[in-house]
Amino acid sequence: MKLTKNYRYSIVALVAFAIFLVLANSFFDAFTLRVLNLCAIYVILALSLNLLNGFTGLFSLGHSGFMAVGAYVCALLTMPPELKEMNYFLVPIVPFLKNLTLPFIPALLLGGLAAAFVGFLIGAPVLRLKDDYLAIATLGFSEIIRVLITNAQTITNGAQGLKGLPRFATTYAVWITAGLVTLFMALPLRSSYGRAMKAVRDDELAAEAMGVNVFKVKVTSFTVSSFIAGVGGALLGHMITTIDPKMFTFLLTFNILLIVVLGGTGSISGSVIAAIVVTILMEALRFLDEPMNFIFFRTEGLPGLRMVVFSLMLMIVVIFRQRGLMGGKEFSWDMLREAGAALARLGKKIRLPKGGRNV
Amino acid sequence: MSEIMLSTHGVVMKFGGLTAVSDLNIEIAKNEIVGLIGPNGAGKTTAFNVITGMYNPTSGTVSYREKNITGYKPHSITELGIARTFQNIRLFKELTVLENVLVGCHIGIGTGIFGATLHLPAYRKKEAEARAFAMDLLSQVGLESVAREKATSLPYGKQRRLEIVRALAARPTTLLLDEPAAGMNPQESRELMDLIHRLRDEFDLTIFLIEHHMQVVMGVCDHMYVLDYGVTIAHGDPASIQKNQKVIEAYLGVE
Repeated sequence: MKLTKNYRYSIVALVAFAIFLVLANSFFDAFTLRVLNLCAIYVILALSLNLLNGFTGLFSLGHSGFMAVGAYVCALLTMPPELKEMNYFLVPIVPFLKNLTLPFIPALLLGGLAAAFVGFLIGAPVLRLKDDYLAIATLGFSEIIRVLITNAQTITNGAQGLKGLPRFATTYAVWITAGLVTLFMALPLRSSYGRAMKAVRDDELAAEAMGVNVFKVKVTSFTVSSFIAGVGGALLGHMITTIDPKMFTFLLTFNILLIVVLGGTGSISGSVIAAIVVTILMEALRFLDEPMNFIFFRTEGLPGLRMVVFSLMLMIVVIFRQRGLMGGKEFSWDMLREAGAALARLGKKIRLPKGGRNV
Repeated sequence: MSEIMLSTHGVVMKFGGLTAVSDLNIEIAKNEIVGLIGPNGAGKTTAFNVITGMYNPTSGTVSYREKNITGYKPHSITELGIARTFQNIRLFKELTVLENVLVGCHIGIGTGIFGATLHLPAYRKKEAEARAFAMDLLSQVGLESVAREKATSLPYGKQRRLEIVRALAARPTTLLLDEPAAGMNPQESRELMDLIHRLRDEFDLTIFLIEHHMQVVMGVCDHMYVLDYGVTIAHGDPASIQKNQKVIEAYLGVE
């Protein structure tokens, strides 16, 4: 098989990134490495939300709920019995979970499956709603999940949360999962099922008239998205090593939604790029929350100031690029070349008036 | 007599106090082109929506090839072989022209989500077939050169044709066209009617079409039904419809 130039670029880029990960894993300090891993987790979460919002046209705000299910199921399955005993000091854990310990990968998959199951149960009734009604209903269900987790003390340890989870979500684990999720999103979306999803997004009635089982497509998409969200939540838990119900509030969903909208609804590469950029900025802009000393005046610490930056970014994107960074398209090397050419043209235009007159 | 493809028996469709369609009885034989005409708000589109399963009739039955299909979901009706177009164009706006047609082929591909995800050989073969079929369809209506363009970037007339082609991609035996000539000038309408005639012969179709302008359908239909305020006021061949006093009254009003 003859490889095209673009294909070779992609392989080189992937290999370069893999080498970067290996180097990062051994040379980066713990904090930088953690931000890097968080990028991968946000890639996973953004992709799963984009599957709903961008590709199937379902405006869902229930993501943190599914993440919570995945995170808790996975954590309960990986924690060794002694750790459970330490955590459940107020109310003992239910006996059947007490001595149940599984290796990480099956636990991760079960976490995803549990989230998918909950997604399926919620999706079947809720997906009869549309647009903002659907958003409100999913938001409500995700809050219900959180409240249930807070109150099911014998299973989840309630508001105390679970601490000291084994740190299974290593750099390789999260990035390999992110890679797999990207692959398994891109593949079906390029098939007839992807077209059916986009058809449902663009015009439900017409899709139905073309023989697409709209309801089935929606439930499938919702279930798969919940699965991926569950896996993402589980990885997040095993990276931070602590989970509690307060982690999974609407704010978490909002962060993911921000990434999806910035990156471009309906673009896989857009979500990946935006996830990485936003995660890094979230950490890099932390200085804004701290007291700042300008020459003429100094500010006290303003917690939340960095979120203003994201609000501004969001507003700028909504005003100037309604479809987000990638606008529903996928990244390609040709796109980069075109952008380069456009920049070069722009550069010439700026330089010409100065140099041109001397000739 | 040839096979009856589509028929309705006493279909009534009420929305609250409004009876949009009352006692609709139609019969369409294989390979016929049948017109459904009537003034604005006569219930033509409602009749279509009942036949294609978008509405559940208040009473009465819809049959396809002698089989009762009342209450079937729209997508199952399409699977059986009835495809439709819409009065206000409903293309998938973010998809290309070719992809729009390929959505119509979706039921034909049916290899299961796992085969499609992994792009297994069986799926690839079906997908290639579907693409060839879709391109072939597009070339029949002169849209092959714009196959890679966004559907909404096409001019109006081409969007109309694309909608018809997309419906054909579902490999129907019966095609329902809702005002296919809406917004077209007389010349374009005539061309469209020729196209409809040609497609009927080529794809062995039975066609049921709604039209607003009587002149347009006169030439193309074998048989016509006239609706006014949901009531079938006349049916017969175009010549007799043209002379029918009730139809003239419905269109022009009475002194």
